[in-house]
Parts: sequence; C-alpha cells; structure tokens
Amino acid sequence: MSDNFGFSDTLQHAADDRTLTYLEAITEALFVEMDRDENVLVMGEDVGGDFGGAFKVTKGLAAKFGDRRVINTPIAELSFTGMANGMALMGLRPVVEMQFADFISSGFDSIVQFAATSHYRGIGKVPWVIRAPSDGGIRSGPFHSQNPEAWFVHTPGLKVVAPSTPADAKGLLAAAIRDDNPVIYFEAKPLYRSIKGDVPGGEHVTEIGKAAVRRSGTDVTVIAYGTQVHTALEAAEIVAADGIDVAVLDLRTLKPLDTEAILEAAIKTGKVVVVHAANRMVGVGAEVAALIAEEAFESLDAPIIRIGGLDTPVPFSPPLEDAYRPNAGKIEAAIRELADY
Amino acid sequence: MNETIRLTAYRWMTLTRTFDETMVAMWKQGRGIGGTFSERGHEAVSVGAGLALGPDDVVAPMHRDLGTYLLRGMTPERIFGNLLGRQMGVSGGRDSNLHGLGDLDLNIIGFISHIPQAIPTALGAAMAFRYRDEPRVAMTFVGDGGSCSGAFHESLNMAALYNAPFVLIIENNQYAYSTPLSQEMKVADIAGRLPGYGLAATTVDGNDVEAVHAATTDAVERARAGGGPSVIEARTMRMLGHAIHDGAEYVPEALLAEWESRDPVRMFRTRLINSGVPETDLDALDQAAATEIAAAVRVAEAAPLPNPESVSEGVFA
Repeated sequence: MSDNFGFSDTLQHAADDRTLTYLEAITEALFVEMDRDENVLVMGEDVGGDFGGAFKVTKGLAAKFGDRRVINTPIAELSFTGMANGMALMGLRPVVEMQFADFISSGFDSIVQFAATSHYRGIGKVPWVIRAPSDGGIRSGPFHSQNPEAWFVHTPGLKVVAPSTPADAKGLLAAAIRDDNPVIYFEAKPLYRSIKGDVPGGEHVTEIGKAAVRRSGTDVTVIAYGTQVHTALEAAEIVAADGIDVAVLDLRTLKPLDTEAILEAAIKTGKVVVVHAANRMVGVGAEVAALIAEEAFESLDAPIIRIGGLDTPVPFSPPLEDAYRPNAGKIEAAIRELADY
Repeated sequence: MNETIRLTAYRWMTLTRTFDETMVAMWKQGRGIGGTFSERGHEAVSVGAGLALGPDDVVAPMHRDLGTYLLRGMTPERIFGNLLGRQMGVSGGRDSNLHGLGDLDLNIIGFISHIPQAIPTALGAAMAFRYRDEPRVAMTFVGDGGSCSGAFHESLNMAALYNAPFVLIIENNQYAYSTPLSQEMKVADIAGRLPGYGLAATTVDGNDVEAVHAATTDAVERARAGGGPSVIEARTMRMLGHAIHDGAEYVPEALLAEWESRDPVRMFRTRLINSGVPETDLDALDQAAATEIAAAVRVAEAAPLPNPESVSEGVFA
C-alpha cells in the first residue's frame, strides 16, 4: 500500500476527504481517471513498471493498470508527443509526462503545430494532456527550472492550467483529462511535497477557466498562479501587520483566462500586482496587466506592477537564483508601493 | 494484382494524373489561390500503397499522395474546394492547398507541413489499435528528405520497440526541394538503415504500381496479424518542382528524361494493354476521369468562400 500512496483500491476512499500532498493529489487524479475511463493512459520516460517516474508521480499505476496503459518511452519527446496526437485522434486520452517541463521544447512541433491546430483545420479533436513539472527555486539549474507556459498560452487551440493547491492539482488534472482539447498541465514541482491540503476523494473535477479568490482584501490585489500564489499569500500576511488588506487571486487556468474574475478583482481594489515565476517579459502577467489597462483603466488608482523572473535563463547558484525569482519580499515591496501611491 | 484490382488501380492513377494536370494548368492560368504541389511521378506509390489498406485502416498521406486521398473517398470537388479556399473544401478554407486534407470519417489524418509529423502521429494511431486489440493498421508516407529528421528515427525506433501495426512508405523521389539525395545523406539505400532498428524494410520500384501494391499488401497483412511494423522504400522521381512556383532548373534534364521514359501511368497502361486489356476500356477510364475532374472544378470554382465572421470558430473542440 505504501508503494502507491494507498491508492490500490480507489473505490475505498471515494467518499472521504483527506489531506494529501500536491504530488499525491496528482497521482490520485491519475488513478481515479484511469479507473473511470479505459481510454485514459499514461506515457512518458520512466513512468512504467515499479519505478513510477522521476518524481514518482506515476508510482503504482503500472501495478494497477498494467504496462499497456502505463507506457514507458525512450527519450523521444518529439515523437511520443506526436504519438499522443495520433492516439487522441483515435479516441484515446493519453496523459503524457514530460520528465521536466523544460524538455517540452523537444516536443514543440507535435504540440503547437499539430495538436493546437487540428480542430481548427478540421482534422479532429486531440484530447491529450501533457503534464509538465515546472518551476524552480529548488536549485535545479537552467534546464530543470523553467516556466515555459507563455509559449503555449500564445498558441491558439491549447488550454493551459497551473494548479497551486492539492485540491486543484487533482481537480484540474481530472478536468484536463476530460477536456476534448489538448491541455498543458503545469505542475509546480516545488509544491510536490512542500504543501498539503484537503482533497476531495473519488471523482473531483475543477472547472477549467475559473480563477479562485485565495484571500479577500480591499487595498491591493495580487494576481498569481502556481507557486507564486503561496508567495503572494506570505507577502499579504506580512503587510497585514501594518493594516494593508491584500486580496490574492489565483488564476488556476492560464488559457482560457478568467477575464471576468481578473477585472472584478482589479476593480475592487484599484491597485494590482501581477506575479509569476516565469520570465516577466511577454509573460502571462503582461496579458493580465494589458487586459486590466484596456478594460478597467478608470478603476485603477495606480500603475499595475508586474513581478516575474528576470530576463535571464534560470540560474543555479542560490544567490543568483534567488535574485532571479520573485519572492515575498519583492511582492511585499510592490504592495507597499501601491498602498502608498 | 488480379484483373479487377489492376483496373481499379488504373482508374485511380488516371484520375490522379488528370486532377494533377488540371490543377497545374489552372494555377498557371492564375485560377488558383496561394501555391500547391504536383504529385506527377508519384501516382504508382500513392495508389499502389493506398489500395493495400482496408476501409478501417488509417492513413496519413503527404502532399504528394493525392491518389491516396482520392481512392479513400475524398472527392475531387472537396479537394479542389480546399485548393481554392472554399467553405465546401475539406478544411472549410482553414488550411491551404494539399495540406489539411483530414477526414477521420474516411480514416484520413490530414498532412501537416512539418515533415515528418505524420510519422509519430500515424504511429500513435497504430498504438491506439494495438491498445484496443483492433485488427487495424496505420500507414503514412515520408520523403527522402524527411527520412533525415529526428522524428523519423525516434518514431521508427518506437514502432519496432512496441511492435506497432504500422507501415511507413518512404517516397524516395530524389530531391528534397532543391537538394539531391547525395547531399541529404551519406548512403543511397534508405531502407538499408532500418534493420538496425529491428524493422522489416524493403525497396521497390516506385513507378511500378503492382510492385508497390504487392510490397505494401505484405506489410499491411503482416502488421494486421501482429507481425509488427514495416518500412517500404519506393524509388521514384518528383517530375515537377517542389511546389508549383518552382521550375526545378536544378534537376538535370537527363535525369528527368530517364524517369519520363518510365512514367508510372503510361508504363502501367502499356502493361495492361500487353496483357490483353482492351485499349478502349482504358480510354473509357481516361474519359471518365476527365469528365469527373472538369465537373469538380466547375463545382469548386462556383462554390462560395467562407464567411469572414466564422474566422474564430472551431479553435477549441
């Protein structure tokens, strides 16, 4: 049982709400969705057998569902994401694991040229999910720390999700698997074992395209996703001591964006900080800031502040990576600047 | 090939040739939109390989496999409609020329320009059949140029590894745009590379429709019986330029003349006559093809273009 997080029989805990890590929640979504639909299968490097993937997310799946549904691949991202296209066109729902989100570039053609355009071009539906373990801050160096979501948010025809909580990790993965479109699922690997939360048992689906208010506040709104939701909440607690009341909006889905929730949050406080771990330039934050500027300019009481990774590759050495990444201190400074504006 | 299949093959080859010649003439007359691609010289490959498939098998053709699209039931009207950007075209005006001719109702996965994306995609279809234990085969095509790409090698390694019901036809047509085979790879024998992946591979005369059909039928039957993937290198020649605007001055005239003497449509016609098929029967098939293509052009040219208000529809399923 301990080998697979106790998920050897998914029906046993179907009605229980339990506390799980972010990683366990992802694994549970795979167990539940594979149990529910035999068209769902898992594919990627090292995912099969007893090993269960580089981060152990797929551990236990092969024991329950067999090697036919948990397919170990050679190192061939271009072609196994292309295979996912063909499987999906034939009615399967493959969930592809990129060992690291960084490696997704090797499968780029299959994703942005074929999968993203197929429905528009009249070829057919491509309902796959790519799980992309992303984000840094864990001293993994430039090839294992990236947040490449902007490439895909920029591509018509893809959906992009980025859960920040264990419940959403499960619910958004389930939704992504059930979605008829290709969905890139950015899981934040710094959160894998660092956070726990209540996760509904059994089938749990979080609607794609809906942001969530993680903290209510009246003075400044911080809009974030993934790890930075937690960093924003940390900053909000710090400034709360000085009477600054911060709202935190978790985007959860990057495409399609919940424009209604973004505008509502911006209008409510009139002061907005947008934060993400990805490089700031032409990142999702730029789109969020532009949306607010276009649609809610007259409600703003101050310029929008964007915080993101610096315009450099993600560096390795701790002082360099810390300088690169957003953190509570940088967000706190932005909140204070806006509060004083 | 028995008599019926031989006449069927001739029907699709002459329809393909007539379509191609009509298309080339129209574009030269300025009646086309954008560019397009001739498959002149490839008729024996696209028809011979395509006819080896059953109706439930899936095929992912390329832009020089017009014959495969036609013989699987994609009508000349819909293809001309696509060429002319019409709403009734295969992609509804969304994709251009001989790209985008996908129709899963006909078990056709349409071509994407990024060569050779079709290989892993068709392999994925084959993997779906294997997963569901369906007696179906997936076939796709690639050129000599595409056989140099990473996706080709990654996919063939996995096809062998997974024993997928998958057939790849390499259309070795001597040129990747302007680059001759000798400048694409160190070897001249593309099929010779493939036993290294644990794959069955064979080479056939790509201008001989019966040879292509026989080799492909063997490969399809083996794949359907669980015998795994195969690769067939069909040696042929691209008789016109890479695309319609390309005069292909870089191709030596002697090389073209040599292949012209072995024109796949004419060669097959001669063989049929020599084997006793009345010439009038073949003339009748030629005439039927001319009539069908002329009618298709009339329909497509008269058909409406898409409504611009529909531009944002269908991005998501």
